[in-house]
Amino acid sequence: MPDKPRLTREEIGARAAKELPDGAYVNLGWGIPNLIADYLPHGLTVFFHSENGILGMGRRARAGEEDYDLVDAMKVPVTLAPGASFFHQADAHLMSRGGHLDVAVLGGFQVSEKGDLANWRVPGTRGSGGIGGAMDIATGAKVLIVCMEHTTKDGAPKIVKHCTYPLTALACVDTIVTDLAVIDVRSEGLLLRETAPGWTRKEIQELTGAPLL
Amino acid sequence: MKQKLFPSLDAAVADVPDGARIMFGGFGGAGFPNNLIQALARKGTKNITAISNNCGTRDGELGLMFKNGQIGHVIASFPGPHANYFQERFAAKEVTLELVPQGILCERMRAAAAGLLGFYTTVGVGTEVAAGKEERVIDKQRCILESPIDADYAFIKADKADELGNLTYRLAARNFNPIMAMAAKITIVEVEEIVPVGAIEPEHVITPAIFVHRIVQAKGIRYAG
Repeated sequence: MPDKPRLTREEIGARAAKELPDGAYVNLGWGIPNLIADYLPHGLTVFFHSENGILGMGRRARAGEEDYDLVDAMKVPVTLAPGASFFHQADAHLMSRGGHLDVAVLGGFQVSEKGDLANWRVPGTRGSGGIGGAMDIATGAKVLIVCMEHTTKDGAPKIVKHCTYPLTALACVDTIVTDLAVIDVRSEGLLLRETAPGWTRKEIQELTGAPLL
Repeated sequence: MKQKLFPSLDAAVADVPDGARIMFGGFGGAGFPNNLIQALARKGTKNITAISNNCGTRDGELGLMFKNGQIGHVIASFPGPHANYFQERFAAKEVTLELVPQGILCERMRAAAAGLLGFYTTVGVGTEVAAGKEERVIDKQRCILESPIDADYAFIKADKADELGNLTYRLAARNFNPIMAMAAKITIVEVEEIVPVGAIEPEHVITPAIFVHRIVQAKGIRYAG
């Protein structure tokens, strides 16, 4: 594996932020996606949705302004943006599942060349695992972006022909933003749209478990 | 008219029998009926089927009842990173778990509330969640049949109740509470404040009184982490 700098988690988030259209209703998942809110391009207005019943979620609460009845899906105290609203969890997921969210950005363990996503349990780990809102959101968002490292810690591809981890949803991913590339899932295959600075198409292909167009 | 106001938490849960199916509201530390959970722990009801998004925060929230061994089966979407008492019982096979996608958990409860006997959804198709469920194709989309989830009791947390049981909630502490209130035979609510009938504007009511059977006032408890 080439020993060259890759994008940091923050840089992956900042790159994914550029995929958001102005005015979009957006859900951000755990992990790298949660960093996106801090890296919105100047002048872009988006409305953040939280599965616990918030539309128009603002920045994280600063010390002293926390209200523990106002938290995001990761239990972190947040604030409200102007024009925010509250609703119950069923309506929150009606928005996810019913095609009302413009974009969802989730983390991933594996994405297949067909756009299948595995992001809720690593085989062999102890405990029950947990699905949370991932299946509803992955299935229903108009556009699904997955942010993740391109390879596992051991260097194995996370973009694969077929997922071997427990699935979240079939054929749901539209775009993958990694520390090496931006890849679109097309019906004809995976389109390498962008490479990280200093990385070649060939190097990225070698770290990808499915052919790149 | 039947009085809904209960003088104490213990009185509000006094008739909950062993083997009861109970929904518990709350998400992310907000909106948990922690006072009612503690009352049920004092009562010692056993072999409970619990329906809740998660499975406790250490010994807070449902953690207390897993610690006490009161829950035999749980239907949840995200047991959670601090549900250590649940995980211990689960690993020891003292608790069984049905994992349900979060929005589908909501809709299965809403189906029970609405008198619907099930629904088809694309969520979960091709995943572990689909195991054992009828699959068919509707409008060229693969989908699975999901069944309603009902309960004997819902334990919920609201901000204010009037004396009839109309409820309001604070901020994102609403979460699962209004859904569970509709889906159970007997809904028991703990509230910060009980106000006279008419003190809540009709257009501000989130849960209408028809869904609420027992009201008890208690200062809310939150668990960090």
